[in-house]
Amino acid sequence: MTQPATDGPLLLQMSGIGKSFFGVPVLSDVDFELRAGEVHAVLGENGAGKSTLMKILSGAYRPDAGTITLEGQPVTFRHPRDAQIKGISIIYQEFNLLPERTVAQNIFLGREPRRGPIVDRRAMDSATGRLLAQVDPSGTIAPDDLVAHLSVAQQQTVEIAKALSFDSRILVMDEPTASLSPHEVEALFGQVRVLQKKGMGIVYISHRLREIYEVADRVTVLRDGRKVATVGVTETNMSDLVRMMVGRDLEDYFPPHATSEELGEVMMAVRDGNVTRRLHDINFEVRAGEILGIGGLAGSGRSGLAEALFGVAPFDSGAIELGGERVHIRSPRQAVRRGVAFLTEDRKAEGLVLSLSIRNNMLLAMRSMGRLLDSRLPHPVSVRELAANVDLRATSIDQEVRFVSGGNQQKVVLAKWLATRSRVFIFDEPTRGIDVGAKAGIHDLMRSLARRGAAIVMISSELPELLGMSDRILVMRNGSIQGELPSGATEDDVMFMATGEKASVPA
Amino acid sequence: MTDLTSLRPKTRLVLIGRKILRAGSAPIFVVLGVIYLLASIVVSVANEGTLLSIDALESVLSRSVGLGIVAMGQTCVLIVGSIDLSVSYLISVSATYSSAIMNDDPNKMALGVVVVLAIGALVGLANGLVITKLRVNPFVATLGMSFILSGVLNASFQDYSGAVPDQFQYLAYGYFGPILVPFILLGGVVAAVWILLRYTTMGHHMYAVGGSEEVARLSGIKSHRVIIAAHVICALTAVVTGLYLAARIKSGAPWIGPDGNYSLESIAAVVLGGTALSGGRGGVWGTLAGVMILFVLDTSFNSLQVDEFLQNVARGVIIIGAVAVYTYRINKRRR
Amino acid sequence: MTLETPAPIDRVSMGPSEASLGVRALRTVRSTPPIFLILLALLLAIYSQAPTYNFVSIFKNGAALAILAAGELFVIVSGEFDLSVGSLITVVVTMSATIANGDPSSTPMVFAVMIVLGVVVGVVNGFIVTRLHVPSFVATLGMMLILVGAVNYITGGTPLGNLPANFRMFGRDAINNFPVLGTLPNSIVVLFVTGLLLYWLLQRSNFGKRIYAVGGNSRAADLAGIDVAGTKTLAFVVSALSAVVAGILLGGYAGVSVNVGNGYEFQAISAAVIGGAALTGGRGTVAAAIAGGLTMQALFALLNVLGYPPELRDTVEGVIVIGAVAYGSYQLRNAK
Repeated sequence: MTQPATDGPLLLQMSGIGKSFFGVPVLSDVDFELRAGEVHAVLGENGAGKSTLMKILSGAYRPDAGTITLEGQPVTFRHPRDAQIKGISIIYQEFNLLPERTVAQNIFLGREPRRGPIVDRRAMDSATGRLLAQVDPSGTIAPDDLVAHLSVAQQQTVEIAKALSFDSRILVMDEPTASLSPHEVEALFGQVRVLQKKGMGIVYISHRLREIYEVADRVTVLRDGRKVATVGVTETNMSDLVRMMVGRDLEDYFPPHATSEELGEVMMAVRDGNVTRRLHDINFEVRAGEILGIGGLAGSGRSGLAEALFGVAPFDSGAIELGGERVHIRSPRQAVRRGVAFLTEDRKAEGLVLSLSIRNNMLLAMRSMGRLLDSRLPHPVSVRELAANVDLRATSIDQEVRFVSGGNQQKVVLAKWLATRSRVFIFDEPTRGIDVGAKAGIHDLMRSLARRGAAIVMISSELPELLGMSDRILVMRNGSIQGELPSGATEDDVMFMATGEKASVPA
Repeated sequence: MTDLTSLRPKTRLVLIGRKILRAGSAPIFVVLGVIYLLASIVVSVANEGTLLSIDALESVLSRSVGLGIVAMGQTCVLIVGSIDLSVSYLISVSATYSSAIMNDDPNKMALGVVVVLAIGALVGLANGLVITKLRVNPFVATLGMSFILSGVLNASFQDYSGAVPDQFQYLAYGYFGPILVPFILLGGVVAAVWILLRYTTMGHHMYAVGGSEEVARLSGIKSHRVIIAAHVICALTAVVTGLYLAARIKSGAPWIGPDGNYSLESIAAVVLGGTALSGGRGGVWGTLAGVMILFVLDTSFNSLQVDEFLQNVARGVIIIGAVAVYTYRINKRRR
Repeated sequence: MTLETPAPIDRVSMGPSEASLGVRALRTVRSTPPIFLILLALLLAIYSQAPTYNFVSIFKNGAALAILAAGELFVIVSGEFDLSVGSLITVVVTMSATIANGDPSSTPMVFAVMIVLGVVVGVVNGFIVTRLHVPSFVATLGMMLILVGAVNYITGGTPLGNLPANFRMFGRDAINNFPVLGTLPNSIVVLFVTGLLLYWLLQRSNFGKRIYAVGGNSRAADLAGIDVAGTKTLAFVVSALSAVVAGILLGGYAGVSVNVGNGYEFQAISAAVIGGAALTGGRGTVAAAIAGGLTMQALFALLNVLGYPPELRDTVEGVIVIGAVAYGSYQLRNAK
């Protein structure tokens, strides 16, 4: 391990941490340490184990192996509350705040200062005021403001004040800048430095490499549930970090790219697509047999693009062409009827009806196309054939879909769109939440889908997947397409195009 | 936001003013004012100045007091994200059992009150336990409870049962100084629930559980206890309404609760006041305003003496309209 | 991997397994919704106490509630409530009497008017819920108040007119000389036909499959191209039309009054719920909802036979409703 950038006392030491879910290891033998006054970034792709590690630290999960020591004392957490009392606070991307309650009520929820059964409002408000003064020096937030009336950045400030109220020594921030404007990011870094000066240790999880250089002292890179390295940021550069994150030969893991003979005519094209304040000047084409990758950071407009293509949040201006014909897609219903399929990032919330059987989920989109007062489908479908087509593994076709694994659930969603004979497939994070062993199966399915003449638009924040699967890559930034990369592109090409930070960092 | 801070002393007032306007109950008072204005104009035109007869006013008022008391309890239940459909029958249970126990004997007044309060606490506890421990949907749990109470009640009493002593009727007809006792009763319940919701930790935790059970749990709040407490409080307010009605009509009858449709009307009043069915927001003042809107409607329609039944139509339209406006405002804010 | 890897689906047998008869029988009993067993137990209990009991009357008198419950089920499966059906029954009975006023030739016209009324009420409910985003509890509660008020306003509190015989025959009369049973009440025929129709609509047609999807996960349904608002609105229409049919039956055997439909909304919801429908949406079957409605009638008959005060029916009903849902939520939590 390299020298720590700060010489504060050791706050936290996690060693040999391991965790499996249903026999699938997600973390093995991970070491992590944090010093007082240090900002320690944790970097890794989706599924690398970052969030599992942090959930273990915050008491939401219990590790199968390994030890946690806080300031020299070994500890075990049974409940997030335990960790909080011991001085570890975590700020998730989804804030744990009640929008209909005031700032003070939120900060002191569950431990209100009281006299008898009565909440001591004055004490609570003044304590809140003192906390806010530390992180909100310009005083934009009042203790009795309703949280619902605050901006996202202000709500984050409230979360930080809440962490301070626990006298936390350790603060974990999970992608804190995901939905902040550049101006707000600067303010956040100011807050982080204040906490640092107070001697707190901060664990900073982020995808954005540039931020890590700006705010962190050390960085730990995780890959496939293992620690790759811990390095001081001054001792490394962006290319090294990307290599550590990705670190493998892509060709071995992914099916071969499309050959030029396999590419057919243009299936879908977008001309000058705009969505007010979200997407600007979107222009691209995707051909039959092609997998078009869409890269970019969170918040760059990737998901917005998928929603526009599928009519969830349609383009305000511009045109979509399917098979050379201009079409109106103003709702998912219209998209489905025109043979566009959308495989969402969050399968359980958006792709499946968990209370229904595999069979009924596979036929869901067909039911929307069939006649209302008719039990027949628009064209005959063999559910058994569909299941075989996607290599579905389940005990019965009539099993409720909530009982099958993530990989098989994704196959059910895919089968749903195969049933409608869709020609254009939009995949949003096709393998998120799917364990490593099942990922390859999904990738093979996608490629064979393309070989059979489908056009595929794939959004992915996993660089290996994006590079390994795509025949062409569009990189998005700030709601527009920043540029196009061929299939031979490297991680660095994508990252630099996505961040626009080529010059500022040692390469 | 940021430029306001430099003008601190002045903007503080502006902010406070804005806060009052933003508070959930503000729109309902505007609606209330408009309705009252329209109603009084219509009334005075139609009746050429004649006011509502004292009898009619009294009957409407007493109904509003009874509804107001139980609506306070219903407010707590809706704030924790639950619902109570059993209050109608609990009101009947309270009225009939108390008057049967008292049986015109002043010495048994305390006994009657204590017994029905105990029954109420048990019913509320049972509702809360079935919802939290057996995880039965609150709608079904309290609907089932209302069936259970209805059966017991109708098997025990077919008609007016016993009578409350004259002294007990002080609760309905007495004056405390210049103020009618029912108003003090209602005021007391409103104040108690207001203090509970606004000042006590239990009240704060009720909002938290209704807002997000997950957030409440992560903050170490025992959500089951909070939900049970809300149901017990609601049941107790239903008992008080039952006692008040018994005092008013001298004797309890099994039909007074369901005939008054108190379950649905109390929910309607609470919802009119801006408390969301989904929980986590609202409060006593909104509910009080909701009760008053229904009261104003009743008075104006009664004094019009045209078609008392049309007031139900108006109620339906107003309840739907008010909630449509609330959801529209909330959706707009969330965007 | 410590877990057993399930086989590919095409290698799994999808028909009934080759287990022994006894095991299969046990499995059938276990997978049968408990409501059918409860209903059977109640009927057997009645039989053991009074072998000569007129069982047909249970079905005859329970038909209206059973139909109403099956209609309400559409709304419940879609994830909403309909509290307006009881008041709609009242409207149907009293308005039919007012319009017909004993004239048999008017019956077809009256039926047509009532069907149109049902469609209008359903569409309005659906519009308020899906377009104005008012929670269905509040929306249909408002509709209930509106309908009750309107009936009283039009009739002045006492219904005018009466229902002609050819209107009342559906709820009151019977087919004579029916094999085995001797007489077959018309209401049972109506229940059978309506039940089959509703079964096909909910569990076979594309419309019904969409209702399950919308109630199970409206976001996923929307993204699968299903018109969520339209589907919910049509569910409200089915519920309202079932109230029209129930009203026609009740007008036949219960007569005309302004409180004929009182409380039926909660009875219908209870019947659907003890039939295993989940108030959160996405679950429930027509046959079980009908069985739920008949169970309530059988309960009434049993208490009658046993000589208990009929009022206790409500109490037992309450216990069954809570028990059934508690059992259901327990099963759902422990399902695999």
